[in-house]
Amino acid sequence: MNKRLVLAILLGLPMLAQAQTPEEKGLQIAKDADAFDSGFVDFTADMVMTLKNKKGQTSSRQIRIRTLEVQGDGDKSLSIFDEPADVKGTAMLTYSHGLEPDDQWLYLPAIKRVKRISSRNKSGPFMGSEFAFEDLGSQEVEKYTYKWLRDEPCGEFECYLIERVPAYKFSGYKRQLVWMDKEAYRLMRVEYFDRKNEPLKTLVATDYQQYLDRYWRAGKMEMTNHQNGKSTTLDWNNYQFKTGLTDNDFKSQTLKRAR
Amino acid sequence: MVKNYAEWIIRHKWLVILISLLVVGALGSGARLLTFTNDYRAFFSKENPQLLAFENLQDTYAKNDNVMFILVPEDGNVFTEQTLRAIAWLTEESWQTPFSTRVDSITNYQHTYAEGDDLIVEDLVFADEELSAERLAQVREIAINEPLLVNRLISPSGHVTGINITIELKGEDPQAENPQVVGFIRDLRQEFKQKFPGIEVKLTGIIMMNRAFPEAQQYDMQHLVPFMFLAFFVMLFFWVKGLSGTFATFLVIIFSNIGALGIAGYIGIALTPPSFSSILIIPTMSIAHSVHILMNFLIAIHHGESKHEAMVDSLRINMQPVFLTTVTTGIGFLSLNFSDAPPFRDLGNIVAMGVVIAWLLSITLLPALMMILPVKEKVIETRSSKLMVALAEFVIARRKTVLVVMGLIVIMLISFIPRNELNDEFTKYFDTEIEFRRDADFASDNLSGLYLVDYSLESGETGGVSNPDFLQNVEDFANWFRDQPEVIHVNVLTDIFKRLNRNMHADDDSMYSLPEQRDLAAQYLLLYEMSLPYGLDLNNQINVDKSSTRMTVMLYNMSTSKVLALEDRAQQWLRDNAPASMHNEGASPTIMFSHIGYRNIRAMLLGTTIALVLISMILIFALRSWRIGLISLIPNLVPAGMAFGLWGMAVGQVGLALSVVTGMTLGIVVDDTVHFLSKYLRARREKGLDAQDATRYAFRTVGLALVATSIVLAFGFMILTQSAFTLNSDMGLMTATTIMFAIIADFTLLPALLMALDKKERKHE
Repeated sequence: MNKRLVLAILLGLPMLAQAQTPEEKGLQIAKDADAFDSGFVDFTADMVMTLKNKKGQTSSRQIRIRTLEVQGDGDKSLSIFDEPADVKGTAMLTYSHGLEPDDQWLYLPAIKRVKRISSRNKSGPFMGSEFAFEDLGSQEVEKYTYKWLRDEPCGEFECYLIERVPAYKFSGYKRQLVWMDKEAYRLMRVEYFDRKNEPLKTLVATDYQQYLDRYWRAGKMEMTNHQNGKSTTLDWNNYQFKTGLTDNDFKSQTLKRAR
Repeated sequence: MVKNYAEWIIRHKWLVILISLLVVGALGSGARLLTFTNDYRAFFSKENPQLLAFENLQDTYAKNDNVMFILVPEDGNVFTEQTLRAIAWLTEESWQTPFSTRVDSITNYQHTYAEGDDLIVEDLVFADEELSAERLAQVREIAINEPLLVNRLISPSGHVTGINITIELKGEDPQAENPQVVGFIRDLRQEFKQKFPGIEVKLTGIIMMNRAFPEAQQYDMQHLVPFMFLAFFVMLFFWVKGLSGTFATFLVIIFSNIGALGIAGYIGIALTPPSFSSILIIPTMSIAHSVHILMNFLIAIHHGESKHEAMVDSLRINMQPVFLTTVTTGIGFLSLNFSDAPPFRDLGNIVAMGVVIAWLLSITLLPALMMILPVKEKVIETRSSKLMVALAEFVIARRKTVLVVMGLIVIMLISFIPRNELNDEFTKYFDTEIEFRRDADFASDNLSGLYLVDYSLESGETGGVSNPDFLQNVEDFANWFRDQPEVIHVNVLTDIFKRLNRNMHADDDSMYSLPEQRDLAAQYLLLYEMSLPYGLDLNNQINVDKSSTRMTVMLYNMSTSKVLALEDRAQQWLRDNAPASMHNEGASPTIMFSHIGYRNIRAMLLGTTIALVLISMILIFALRSWRIGLISLIPNLVPAGMAFGLWGMAVGQVGLALSVVTGMTLGIVVDDTVHFLSKYLRARREKGLDAQDATRYAFRTVGLALVATSIVLAFGFMILTQSAFTLNSDMGLMTATTIMFAIIADFTLLPALLMALDKKERKHE
């Protein structure tokens, strides 16, 4: 590597850091991360969710996910449930928004009707798992306020450690600690603190793969609840990007035709 | 040998005192390691099947530990703007409770309703909501008609409401976690009272009960212990007639306490109210040793012996009986190790250690101290021994009548034993002196109680909680419970399904019924679960693969034998009406306590029998007579039988506390028998007297001493009846009664039996 460049970075970085408050730096990292991941247009993936209780009993769900990137607002996403059999064909459409409650519809094949879920609650468990919808939904920059705490190694990478506080009034969390790798802004670990600021859950994301030479997605996410001893694992497969999805694939009126 | 020992002790009195102080000091420093239990689970052994079943259920769903605020608005109406705002405020603040995982109240109840094709899921009342009279009426209507709320969080008349906080302690630092929660809750109550003065606040729940254990102990420590020491001081002062003897005896009993509790600290016993009561029982048990030694010492001085001679004499006379009674008392208390409830094992072991320490001190420290302290010659009793002679003459003259009358009384009393019903209502373990008991009673009378039974109902298939057949069975079971007079409330999943079905049919009341298709039910559930906020999910009611659901049945306060009878009927209902997968026994603290009395009585039966055999063998060996040893069984066993009979007549409810009394008192009442019989046999063997004269001799020589020690023992246990913990007060009352019956039996039944049965031996000789 060019020696002068190295020198410039070494000299430049501390100056940059001094110029910013930890809050500004945290926000900057979040924006950079958002920018780094933007432009994927759309993606589809399959997810297997495995729940485990304190006794070690497990149960799994299978869901297909389709996401459409929306510039200037939260993404649109469609989840189609394949398992358990009782809910096969159920489809959930979400227009996520920054600080406003998301718009959410659910198509119930048993009655062949689309129901709007009018609830400000995004903090409850998603399908009985340890993930809240809040944890899975699209992570818009304005959903949190940020504070950079320090840089530290995380596994084989060097990470930013950022504290973020949900800006959404009905969030289930007081704050989160996020470890994000410096190289590609991959979320490595998130620690969730409940409303009384006690450690609640820890998310560990692993098996990252890069798609289209740019977009990184975790192959495995493991959420452990420290208070009730339960855990949930998400296994992601079949990531496909730029599949040609359009706005028309994400309409409540057409939700019943989602397959 | 004893003489040499006594001489040695007297010669090295300063050394003996020094060593005693050092040893007691070393043992006592273990007291700093003592901990106090604040968990009702301490009453159950690790292998207790009901505890295991309950833990299994909690691991499948969620923990049950809770704190409940009971709010009582002075105007008798929960549904006012002011009160609902107060509830919303307290609900929000309650989320800050350490270790809380869930807060349920009528304001954050997730009300569901239909609006066109939308399903609205939201708090019933928002903190910042405008509440018109019309809206208040609507809220009231919803709340008191919602099966999930009425009789659980709101009274049917709307005069009392509850906020339930589910607590999941980490268990990393049991000593600190419970006080941390309770401290927070009490501060919050204080803040609430200042903010909303028109509303009374009471506190109940398992966490509050757990806190009440150490608080009951503290109450006893503050009220009973000083009183006991004062009372013993006064009694001793009149008895041994002098400050020196009183002081020396006091040191012995205090040191015994310090030593025993110190060892308890070293071996890591966590004190519970029953084991803590050893602080009252040890002095009661150990005072007699010192008194016996002091009395003979003083009598000898009265007869003109020097202090030195008097002490050697006294030790020589008392060495064997004091040792013997220590062993038998120890065996009686050690029999508590058979108990299924660890607190009583601890109690037995701590008292046994205390009794041994007291014995050691009374033959070391006590004589050494008396050699140093000034002793004046005192006139020892004369008048009252005439009473003993009169009693002896009466029993001898009317021995047949005494035998028959006493026999009839014993049989009559014993026939009442079956009247005792097993009962371990755990909130009633606490006296009304304790705030928790008053609040729990109020909650039970006005809203909902702590007596509940959980059923984990299995469908037998993954996702089976949506199966209409299963749901119908669950609903039938719930409705069967609702028809039982013992039941306040049933919390069951089917109510949610029915509500959702109505919501999905545009809130049509005629659709308030279970969904008829399995996939429909599953999809309703999915929709509903998507809409619930943090902490208010269904994971505490449905297991992870949605194959089973938890149903909670809340009961009125009633005896635990009634709980078991209800559970039996429930099991019968399941066998008659439900598929095999649903057959599962109820589990809960109430069920655990319902079995604890029976389990303990059965366990203690073995313990008591072993203690009885051991003690009888010791008696036969010490008295060197099979016949007399066997005769002694009667006055040893009969008192406990009489006491239980009297209890059956007067009280009629026995439980955990009383299951240990027989074993415990066996070692105590046997002392009187030993003293009486050893004097009787000495008269027969050494003085060649017949049964009647030997009886006279026994009455004259030990009669008064037995009365005195029995009074002290009974008095000590009567103090325990003032305990704030009913297990202790019941145990104290029963033990005191047994001791009084023992002295009666020893003065009537025993001599009458001896005179009737000990004739033949005489002829043979």
